[in-house]
Amino acid sequence: MMVYLKLLRKLLLFLFTLPVFFFIFFPVLWLFSASLSTQVELFAIPPHWIPQHPTLQNYLDIIFPSLATSSVPRTYAVALINSIKIASAVTVISIGIGSLAAYALVRIPFRFNRTIQLGIIATRMIPEVSLILPLFIIASSLRLINKPIVLIVTYMSFALPYAIWMMAAFFQTVPIELEDAARIDGCTRPGILFRVVLPISVPGLVSTAMFTFLLAWDEFFYALIFTSTLAAKTAPVAIAEFVGRYAVNINGMMAGGIIAALPPVILALIFQRYIVSGMTAGAVKG
Amino acid sequence: MDLRYKADPPNIFEMTAISPTRPRRRLSLRQQDARTAWLLVIPSLVVILGVALWPIIYTFILSFYHAPTGINQVRTFVGLGNFIEMVKDQTFWETIGRTMYFTVASVGLEMVLGMAIAQLIHFHPWGWKFLRFCLIIPWAVPTIVNGAMWRWIYSADFGALNSLFMQLGLIKHYIPWLTLPNLAMPLVILADVWHMMPFVALILQAALATLPIELDEAAAVDGANAFQRFWQIRLPLLRPAILVALIARTVDAFRVFDIVYILTSSGPANKTLTITYLTYLNSFPWGKQGIGAALSFLISIFTISMALIFIRFLYRPEETQ
Amino acid sequence: MHTLNRIALMAVAIVLVISIVGCGPQKPAGPVTIHILTMDQAGLKPAEIDQIARDFEAQNPDIKVVMEYVGYDYVHDKIVTGMAATPPAYDAAMIDVIWPDEFIKAGYLLDVTDRVTSEMKSGMFPASWNGVARNGRIYGMPWLMDVKYFMYNKDILQQAGITEPPKTWEELVDQAKIIKQKGLVEFPIIWSWNQKEGVVCDFTVLLFGNGGAFLDANGKPAFNNEKGVQLLTWMKQTLDDGLSNPSSVSSDEGAVETDFLAGKSAFAVNWLFQYSDSNDATKSQIVGQAAFAPMPVFEDGAAAGIKGSSVDGSSSFAIMATTPYPDQTWKFLTYLASNEVQIKYSAEMLPIWQNDFQGDALANLLAATPTNPVTVPAFLAQFPYANERPTVSYYNEASAALQLAIQEALTGVKTPQQALDEAAAKWVELAGE
Repeated sequence: MMVYLKLLRKLLLFLFTLPVFFFIFFPVLWLFSASLSTQVELFAIPPHWIPQHPTLQNYLDIIFPSLATSSVPRTYAVALINSIKIASAVTVISIGIGSLAAYALVRIPFRFNRTIQLGIIATRMIPEVSLILPLFIIASSLRLINKPIVLIVTYMSFALPYAIWMMAAFFQTVPIELEDAARIDGCTRPGILFRVVLPISVPGLVSTAMFTFLLAWDEFFYALIFTSTLAAKTAPVAIAEFVGRYAVNINGMMAGGIIAALPPVILALIFQRYIVSGMTAGAVKG
Repeated sequence: MDLRYKADPPNIFEMTAISPTRPRRRLSLRQQDARTAWLLVIPSLVVILGVALWPIIYTFILSFYHAPTGINQVRTFVGLGNFIEMVKDQTFWETIGRTMYFTVASVGLEMVLGMAIAQLIHFHPWGWKFLRFCLIIPWAVPTIVNGAMWRWIYSADFGALNSLFMQLGLIKHYIPWLTLPNLAMPLVILADVWHMMPFVALILQAALATLPIELDEAAAVDGANAFQRFWQIRLPLLRPAILVALIARTVDAFRVFDIVYILTSSGPANKTLTITYLTYLNSFPWGKQGIGAALSFLISIFTISMALIFIRFLYRPEETQ
Repeated sequence: MHTLNRIALMAVAIVLVISIVGCGPQKPAGPVTIHILTMDQAGLKPAEIDQIARDFEAQNPDIKVVMEYVGYDYVHDKIVTGMAATPPAYDAAMIDVIWPDEFIKAGYLLDVTDRVTSEMKSGMFPASWNGVARNGRIYGMPWLMDVKYFMYNKDILQQAGITEPPKTWEELVDQAKIIKQKGLVEFPIIWSWNQKEGVVCDFTVLLFGNGGAFLDANGKPAFNNEKGVQLLTWMKQTLDDGLSNPSSVSSDEGAVETDFLAGKSAFAVNWLFQYSDSNDATKSQIVGQAAFAPMPVFEDGAAAGIKGSSVDGSSSFAIMATTPYPDQTWKFLTYLASNEVQIKYSAEMLPIWQNDFQGDALANLLAATPTNPVTVPAFLAQFPYANERPTVSYYNEASAALQLAIQEALTGVKTPQQALDEAAAKWVELAGE
């Protein structure tokens, strides 16, 4: 009887997951379908849920640039690589230095702790569009326009406050008894951070890393203004180029969108297990 | 920083020596701790302040000037003039109202859906790993593509939404969704919720994963039902994560720009004009940088207030000693 | 201290990461490098403009040209930010016909009146200078001429038994009713009335076709007089009657093309690109069915002597005032505009020299592409009637107010008179600032 109830419970839960899947996938499948269609098929009425004349041409134009007639798909692969480099750098550095600051701010009492916390959050409150002009002036005088570094540094200035704050919240959920136990065992403060808190907080760090990566990945306006050529252009800017003066190459854009969504998704796949491993660690009590 | 250190300048070689018997200065544990704290915090401070400080100050000062875009333009000091002009403008208040509507609806939906999905995953139904993995997809699609995709789903003649509803028998005629003044904002909200709900779900799910299982089991043994376990045990423990997700999403939703720009260009008839869009319009196409700067500050005041309100009501600091 | 070690190590790692990933290629010293910002997909393809740049560099080894391509929506912002820096990020940029007043006031554009030769002035289409000439001074070089055309679907009209395309907008309505009644298409007319510049372009076409104007002789708003209100009411009426596609209110020119090319409308007002796309089988379901007709006018306008009406949507190249290399930049712009280059690429973009449309040159032009025999005469017929939008320095904000007013009227939020009056009040306010 118990087994029967358990099975029923599992089934019910599964039924709940179905609408969620539908909600997530309905647009994505449509996106995918569009990327496999030609423009004329896209505007068929009624819409073809599955393209009747599927074509890989949109993808080919992007992946194998020499086949493309328009320059836009040709440049896309380079832009994608730029995006990967920039987002990775931003993520690694933000987690690296941000985790240190986050721990200090939630666990170590010192003067100005509160001020710094508020200050860090406050810098994030201004809309980014407002800061573009002064940042552009600085970047230009330092001759950094159109170099990836300028995007890395700018993105860090908005990603860091959030990363710090998110990691702080995760650090707060680490039971204080564990830290006290380590202290009693003779650990220094940094030791506690690196040997006790960080390992347990891996799920939180991975979540924060994902957030930071996607923040940098998705950013458009700064990338648009600060980059001019393929030396530093990122994926969202390249995708915007599918929007011609009047007509949008929707199929190309959708194919570009699918490809642009792949790196974060692949990274999520790779790092999934780190979120899982944290689950057992959290159950350990000191 | 504690001034007592000045009397005894740090010796770099001493400090970086790996030898385990290096001499230690006689500092109290608390002072040592504080110094460690500064060392941990300084790299982040350098980046954030180094990059953002001058632009923020520049914008702040600019908000007190009449500053038309241009090379040979004269900037005249107008004190609070820009702020007063904005506050007197009806469009400003309508836009703030609209933006609040967007924020409350969007964040509300994201929090509820996110919590539900996080909880669902936590129960480990069949395919839960796949579900968690798939959650990334809407979030990974760049906003530009998201906007173009929804714009096309909502398309009157070719859109999937019309087609779906027609086939389900919900409508008889194709509806030009994006032209309906009262429906436009909900449509943008839907697009944004789809995109950002995974963020909330994943934060909450990670937090749920670090909760000790014993508490839950103990409560079950004590006779608490599922709802009580959720509301009284898990939810309070999730407070820090909820707070982070709530503030992060609220601040970002209030400052929404990209998705509106792509999906509706603030139309129809300004019905999807948000406050950051108005700021953008003033600073760039309309060449009124003083007003743009003033609006930026008004936006910051709103977002800081909201964040402080959340912190006030939801923040229960853990012990820090 | 152990911590300090770790932190120092991390700092070194960070610096390494940054320098490897961050720094882009260093620019070589040597010849002068000029940066030109242009719109993506406006006239020539980027590959073709790059080729022109390379040809120019071959002839001028001491000048290097770096072209940057962005979508139309972003050009204005990039110019504004680019000009905030010293030296400016761009030496020249492509500007839309509605920007010179704003940019001249901002001090962005270089006065090149003395560099323009009389040959250029008389040789190029007079109307093509509208995008760069103000108060007798010239601020750039013409490049791409474009107007809005009236296109219709021959097959649909034929099936409806209509022999001639409409000459007035009233006739259009009658024809549309017939087509709708016969069930050929649900919404015979599609417009680009979404809240962007496109709606003001359409409004311009209609306003001048009604004998109206944006500003009166004193520079005060005139679009809210009875002619303006009349035509806005007409616009709304066509929506209410189901003759204009309701999605027009959220459509831009791309959406208009999509609709027309799917055979869902019989009449569409759009820029030139729509015609060549209509004959592209990968995009269009109506290959060979699209045709041009002169843009209709209103009966009142015809009675007042208006023979035709359209809107000028040209683009030109302008030199930025603070560029350190005005001479080199002007040299390149002259090359771009030169007859040889214009003729070479005339299959993609109509040449700006008038004599390319006469005699042997015309014959060559017509033979250059399969669509030219149709588009060139259409251009010659429509371009003379291209109207300008107001040449005021606050145009962007004024246009936004007008866009809002039209949208409010079309969605029924306000009456046309009310909406236009409010927009007019805003224009007066802007003029006063």
